[in-house]
Amino acid sequence: MTSLPARGKGLVAPGPIVAAALLLAGLIFPLVITNETATQIAVDTLLFVAAAVAWNLFSGFTGYISLGHAVFFGTGAYTVGIAAQDWHVTGDLEFALLPLAGLAAGLVAVPFGLIALRVRRHTFVVVTIAIFFIFQLMAFNFSFTGGSVGIPAPFLTWAPETYNNPFYYMAFALAAGVALLAWLIYHSRFGLQLRAIRDDEDRARGLGVRAMRVKLTAFVISGVVTGLVGALWFFFIAQVLPQYGFDPIFDLTIALMAFIGGFGTLWGPILGALALEPVEQVLTLRLSNSYASELIWGTLFLLVILFLSRGVLPIAGEKLTAWRARRERRLAGEGPPPGPAPPRGVAPTAASTPADTPRPDAAEQAGSPAGPGPAGAG
Amino acid sequence: MGHQLLRAIIDGVLAGGVYALMAVGLTLIFGVLDIINIAQGILVILAAYLSYLLSVHLHLDLFLGLLVTTPVMFGIGVVIQVLFMRRLRGRERTSMSLLASYAVLIIIEGILYLSFGPDYVTLNAWYVNQSLHVLGFYLPYIYLFGFALAVIMVAALYLLLYRSRFGQSLRATMQDRTAARLIGIDINRVAALAFGIGVGVTAAGGVAFGATNAFNANSGYDLISRLLAIIILGGMGSIGGALAAAIMMGTVEAVVDIWSPTWSVAVFYLALVLVLTFRPQGLFGQREARAQ
Repeated sequence: MTSLPARGKGLVAPGPIVAAALLLAGLIFPLVITNETATQIAVDTLLFVAAAVAWNLFSGFTGYISLGHAVFFGTGAYTVGIAAQDWHVTGDLEFALLPLAGLAAGLVAVPFGLIALRVRRHTFVVVTIAIFFIFQLMAFNFSFTGGSVGIPAPFLTWAPETYNNPFYYMAFALAAGVALLAWLIYHSRFGLQLRAIRDDEDRARGLGVRAMRVKLTAFVISGVVTGLVGALWFFFIAQVLPQYGFDPIFDLTIALMAFIGGFGTLWGPILGALALEPVEQVLTLRLSNSYASELIWGTLFLLVILFLSRGVLPIAGEKLTAWRARRERRLAGEGPPPGPAPPRGVAPTAASTPADTPRPDAAEQAGSPAGPGPAGAG
Repeated sequence: MGHQLLRAIIDGVLAGGVYALMAVGLTLIFGVLDIINIAQGILVILAAYLSYLLSVHLHLDLFLGLLVTTPVMFGIGVVIQVLFMRRLRGRERTSMSLLASYAVLIIIEGILYLSFGPDYVTLNAWYVNQSLHVLGFYLPYIYLFGFALAVIMVAALYLLLYRSRFGQSLRATMQDRTAARLIGIDINRVAALAFGIGVGVTAAGGVAFGATNAFNANSGYDLISRLLAIIILGGMGSIGGALAAAIMMGTVEAVVDIWSPTWSVAVFYLALVLVLTFRPQGLFGQREARAQ
């Protein structure tokens, strides 16, 4: 138990120094690197950081894996697109429409959540996929979405060499803002309730967590952010087509990013997106054949699921605590046992340390439902 | 009007039978292994491409070709289960299996695009474009044959599940994995065979789908969304439910198609959302047990 706070501080939340360093690096990035391809990849990456953190804020915290977040992404993109078209918004003014994207995505998230959150686990996943396909179908078939031609964004009269920079800072602000929001939620009573639902929804409910309300709130917050990401992406790409606005690969990609970094952790989705999106972009740029990059992407995805499904961060955290425990034992003067296998099995002190450290879930399970319980019941 | 409606219903039932076959495979896999095989749609397309190759290069009849493609698809299913699905452990197993099979989907889609390109193809045979004229209705032969095939396969599946020793151990595994293992059932073998059978039926589905629709590697998404909708509507893991929901879906779609072809699919999904609002476990599903 004593090793858990150390692990939490050291890896799951690397603390203010790393965060500040990342912020600084992010702020000066476009000043140092002016290559247009590089800044374009950076904008995409930051958008995916925001989307992955937003996804994790709902799916990672509650354990409800959503494969329907592209609904919010597409809703955000189409909302600003249609609004700009109908109200004849031109040039820089288009960014004034951004709040609309969040609002529309939030409005979609409420009925979506009310229907989908009635079922759990795999059925939930399947329902989100089904609802996602309804939206894609609507985008293809309604006349106001432009059908399969999609909608163009207002033209921006910016100089090509600095075109990416405003987008970079907007995406950066969004990503940093969502990360902060996730941090606040994680450490709040609300976040504790979300994780209590993940560990044991029925027990959490029994302890007084209003499960539906809590889940729905997280779902809507997550949806609003994803809608904003979609709108920014639309302005950046300057066009939305139904198959890219409502893209099944988008759902998978953000889930994969969260999984590879560490599902349900604060830093996992950030690291996952920072690691994966540039790789994906470079793959797409380098291989003129998009099918080959799809093949590589799928294979990578499968390998992550099979071998790293618990995430790089949690696995690294366990390795680190195990290593620390070994070192502490050595420093305590016990020394590494000469014949490791037989004595370790018998000695209770030696066996207890590795046995309880690799299971952070169990400790959390015992701790978290108790947290929101008394408060929620009152 | 009445005639048109009746015709639409007959068309719907016939088309629904074909979907039933594919959906039964999906729900069987879910029932036995707790795995949602998102790759089912693209596997149907893969099977359709196999039949296409056989009929174009070897001039093998589509239905005769099933004698080749069914064992091939069965083998692919077993390989997917043994290589990928069996490795998944832990409490997020079902959700992880979903993601893993999604990855399989992307890989197969990439391979199909690389080998066949994005152009649409259809399967051809003499019975694809001809119809049987009965009582004033024109019934396309391919729908009749496809429906008959679906009935035969589902009946065979029923016999296998309820009248054989393997079916007994399979149903035991569906009911309680641990207990099944305790009485000496080789769970791994049952799981691999169930996955193989579930994927094996896509061979017949591929012929029926490929002969009635133009397809390319992207068609798997449309298929899987329909199949998922069918098994949720019927109740996940319920074979009878999948049959009923598939026929229902075919009929609803064909009837709405009379008025508005673009919206016929959406109406079905809308019905799905309505059912879920009032019966989250689907029409024939059991209420979900306490989440572990």
